[in-house]
Amino acid sequence: MSSTYLEIQLIAVFVGVACALPGVFLVLRRMAMMSDAISHTVLLGIVLGFFAIGSLESPLLVLAAAAMGVLTVSLVEVLMRTHLVRQDAAIGLVFPALFSIAVILISRFARGVHLDVDAVLLGELAFAPLDRMDLFGFDLPRSLVIMGLTMVANAGLIALFYKELKLTTFDAGLAAALGFSPALIHYGLMLMVSVTAVGAFDAVGSILVVALMIAPPAAAYLLTERLSRMLLYSAALATAGAISGFWLAVALDANVAGAIATTLGALFLGVFLLAPGRGLLAQARRRAGQRWEFAQTALAIHLLNHENTPEMARECRVDHLQYHLRWQPEFAATVVGLSERAGLIQRSNGDLRLTDDGRERAQTALVYN
Amino acid sequence: MDNQTNLPAIDITDLTVAYQDKPVLWDVDLQVPPGVLLAIVGPNGAGKTTLIKSVLGLIKPVAGQTLIFGAPYATQRRLVAYVPQRGSVDWDFPTSVLDVVMMGRYGRLGWLRRPGRDDREAALGALEKVGMARYAGRQISQLSGGQQQRTFLARALVQDAQVYFMDEPFQGVDATTERAIVDLLKELRGAGKSVVVVHHDLQTVPEYFDWVLLLNIRRIAAGPVGVVFTEENLRRAYGGRVGFLGGNGHSEPAGTAAPRRAETQAG
Repeated sequence: MSSTYLEIQLIAVFVGVACALPGVFLVLRRMAMMSDAISHTVLLGIVLGFFAIGSLESPLLVLAAAAMGVLTVSLVEVLMRTHLVRQDAAIGLVFPALFSIAVILISRFARGVHLDVDAVLLGELAFAPLDRMDLFGFDLPRSLVIMGLTMVANAGLIALFYKELKLTTFDAGLAAALGFSPALIHYGLMLMVSVTAVGAFDAVGSILVVALMIAPPAAAYLLTERLSRMLLYSAALATAGAISGFWLAVALDANVAGAIATTLGALFLGVFLLAPGRGLLAQARRRAGQRWEFAQTALAIHLLNHENTPEMARECRVDHLQYHLRWQPEFAATVVGLSERAGLIQRSNGDLRLTDDGRERAQTALVYN
Repeated sequence: MDNQTNLPAIDITDLTVAYQDKPVLWDVDLQVPPGVLLAIVGPNGAGKTTLIKSVLGLIKPVAGQTLIFGAPYATQRRLVAYVPQRGSVDWDFPTSVLDVVMMGRYGRLGWLRRPGRDDREAALGALEKVGMARYAGRQISQLSGGQQQRTFLARALVQDAQVYFMDEPFQGVDATTERAIVDLLKELRGAGKSVVVVHHDLQTVPEYFDWVLLLNIRRIAAGPVGVVFTEENLRRAYGGRVGFLGGNGHSEPAGTAAPRRAETQAG
């Protein structure tokens, strides 16, 4: 493996993890599409910053971009607060407006500079190692350094403010009552998303930033019931997606960012189907099991109701179930068979009797707790 | 807390809140002494939740002030616990019951400090108190409505406050949980705490509470249940939409016609 391949993979992993960590909170706050908006509008910040400073290298560009990200969020909130526009529509109005201004400015005034629209939309991860810088005597790709720093900063900030992020995300009302400022945390998070988006779109383009920010957390959400593990799984899925996406791109000789986003989508789909507990398959299996379990309980309750009553001889027969419980004969036969095997009932000549286990099952099912 | 015993636990003066140009609360005054269970009752849109939220600084009032033991809320946060409406949070959030209860300790921890063993033990103790100890490790999405409410109560208990605000703690809970909550409220009162509860069931007001605030944008009446929970005040608060069945057999304060039972008529 050449060092270029290694560098590209490292950049991809750094971008992926840097995006996936704040993405967890976007998903939990139901703000997934905000990442799409921010990843586009930061471009306007960069363009305006470029006109003001005259250079694409200045770190001040990140400030301009981050400011534009925060402005995007504020504009969306201002629109929402009028109660005339809902959040999704507000996002759909604000971000194309700001993004299109950026596109016009680039095509009109910045032709020939490094800022070209294709690169902005799709990124140029494969070329990232060409743009190099010197760090403590090491010759490293600029993206590698920037995204490495971004990733470490994101992880550090989330670790530092973990408690505050958790509380404001779960219960903003209590957070405010306890003296934490949900607004401060909210804008802090948006700032983090903006800065990350600037770095990330250089590598993968603004269209795919949203895939990196949302797919890993959305998959991680299905895999765990703890926030700390959701962050961890999210980072792990992003890493897996970045590396396997890179090799998919090599195999197909295709755009790296596109391949990574595709891989992340496939990873999500896999988790969506197969996640133990919450995946579609597990749910279907559970539901099927529950149906039979419940039918057995219903049978036990029916028998309990008529146990030792005058009509017991009539009610507690296999062939009566289709009248009383409206069960098809085959279904009734299966349920009776399952219940017998489970030791809930005993059968003799079509007469059904509850065992002690069956009686207990019926009684516990009837207790409300 | 000795120096605070002669101050009202809650002292609201001239509280006015508006959403856009519509008043939600108009010039409300309320003094609540320590050691009192107070129910806030009133029709939908009467401003019950808004009252609690503006006391807690979650909504900015247009006018008026609130003092907790003689000082503004911002300086007395540690003395106040809050139980929001159960439906106000996302119960699919990836966290455990114990974790939610520990959030009640975040206030005293302040920024950046992490919860430690003390906080964990306090949370477990509170869960024990609400009968939820064996659910400590459970994911919150697996709780029933009553269990969710108990979790929220445990979270308020670990705040170890002097004043408790609870927004509809009886909403959608079963009879067992309702009983447990009432016992808990009485225990808090026994320990000298003040508890303010947004309440919907007029029938149970005399049984559960000792004070009541009848609210409908304005303060209709406030004071001991035996004095102010009268048919006339209820009619003023609910605007004639309340039907009454006269009381019998129970000792009512002399000279008042406090209803034993009052129901909001359907329709």
